[in-house]
Amino acid sequence: MSKRVTLSRRHLLAGLAGTAALPVLAPRAIAQTNARLVVIGGGFGGATAAKFLKHFLPNTSVTLIEPNETFVACPFSNLVIGGQREISQQAFTYDGLRALGIDVVHQTAGDVDVDAHTVSLLEGGGSVAYDKLIMSPGVDIRWGALEGYDEAAAEVMPHAWKAGAQTSLLRQQLEAMEDGGLVVMSAPLAPFRCPPGPYERASLIAHYLKTQKPASKLLILDAKDSFSKKPLFLEAWAKLYPDHLEWRGAADFGRVVSVDAPTMTLSTDFEDIAASVANVIPPQKAGEIAERAGVADETGWCPINPLDFSSTLQPDIHVIGDATIAAPMPKSAFSANLQAKFCAMQIARQVAGLDLEPTVLANTCYSYISPDQAISITGVYSNADGQLASIDGAGGLSPENADDSVRTAEAAQADTWFRTITQEAFG
Amino acid sequence: MSIRISAPDTASKNEVIELKALIQHPMETGYRRNNRGEIIERDIITTFECTYDGDTVFQARFHPGIAANPFLTFYTRATKSGTLEFRWTDQNGQSWAETHSLTVK
Repeated sequence: MSKRVTLSRRHLLAGLAGTAALPVLAPRAIAQTNARLVVIGGGFGGATAAKFLKHFLPNTSVTLIEPNETFVACPFSNLVIGGQREISQQAFTYDGLRALGIDVVHQTAGDVDVDAHTVSLLEGGGSVAYDKLIMSPGVDIRWGALEGYDEAAAEVMPHAWKAGAQTSLLRQQLEAMEDGGLVVMSAPLAPFRCPPGPYERASLIAHYLKTQKPASKLLILDAKDSFSKKPLFLEAWAKLYPDHLEWRGAADFGRVVSVDAPTMTLSTDFEDIAASVANVIPPQKAGEIAERAGVADETGWCPINPLDFSSTLQPDIHVIGDATIAAPMPKSAFSANLQAKFCAMQIARQVAGLDLEPTVLANTCYSYISPDQAISITGVYSNADGQLASIDGAGGLSPENADDSVRTAEAAQADTWFRTITQEAFG
Repeated sequence: MSIRISAPDTASKNEVIELKALIQHPMETGYRRNNRGEIIERDIITTFECTYDGDTVFQARFHPGIAANPFLTFYTRATKSGTLEFRWTDQNGQSWAETHSLTVK
């Protein structure tokens, strides 16, 4: 049974994740278009979108606005925290995109004028005009949503939910901690970036404690009772880290209601817990530019039409990636990458006067449970009356109680996936 | 049944104090079916009461719409030293209670 799921999933992804599956545009239609296409945000969504807009519409001008000259990838950054990778291995530049003729502008997008169809640039001044705009703003932290957790607190109790300095800080704190310490992680309610991310991180921290600081322990305080791949994670934790990892859900009074950085205390409704190292994964929202552009709603996230990922709130703006309301499709690099390709294709077809293709999307999230073992979940999604919906019977989870060889093989697949997706977005 | 209470040990006279109470309970609605299609029997807590030195200071009635592990936060005024009792009673009359002593200075 489980084998069949794995095979069908691979077969499916081979079709969906590659560009080969995207329909080809009529060459004449391409030649006639010279639309100005602008992308805000150079993560997995934005970088891929810029690349595929240029691929589908080679005669158009494609501009990517991204403040950072180096992109630091979140996927695999838990392996940096666990001590298996260096943060430098997470860094990617935009040279590959420039070589394709994409105009990469390293500035912060200030405001989007939806009437004038322009994006202002903060540092250099001036603005960029667009006919179609793709926004891939990622996530920002909802500072203050968890009492006591502000930007200053994050320097003491890192979130490490945006890869870079925060990732390194958490790693350094774990290395500096004396054996016998208590590491506490606070996990938020959905929706948040990378649903299985906290639990992959917990696995790798527990592995570090078990092998390097065996008198220490990790306690996960969770605001919810269920989470992505829970049975597989619980199985792995019971087998691999019985003495080094404890998970406490909402029903077991695990919800953190406030933190106090000076005393390194996390408080639930009934208890104050002092941590040696605290990793607070806080509530999140769409990247701030989404609010300024008027594409985020009162939830803080961006509603889209699954037909082409166009914003339901503003004309000629499309939103992709973590910032979107795309559930049941999760907020992942895989989702952002595929949404980017799909959105670029639909825009190219619109610009070229062709009919849109039906929406079929997929996602796989790999999670490491130890440095050389991984598990995964795959979903396939279609457009059901303006809402993304899972296609029943498609996709699946890694089998429970599987052989170590199954888990090791999935770790190898995860590694290949990371090399492929980063090459596709930035190579 | 596992119960958690959060209440101060001491308070000054006339101070408004926050009380929190959580009980682990499935709050089975009686409307759900199991994987054989059979109705899962209703099993809910129907009342909650908090008494302060014998006087009722907070009361709640629960219905099938209340989620599992009901969690209440409420306030009362600290008037005198005494015992706070938190009591949950289910549809069959079975009840669970927890006490907490409060010293008023």
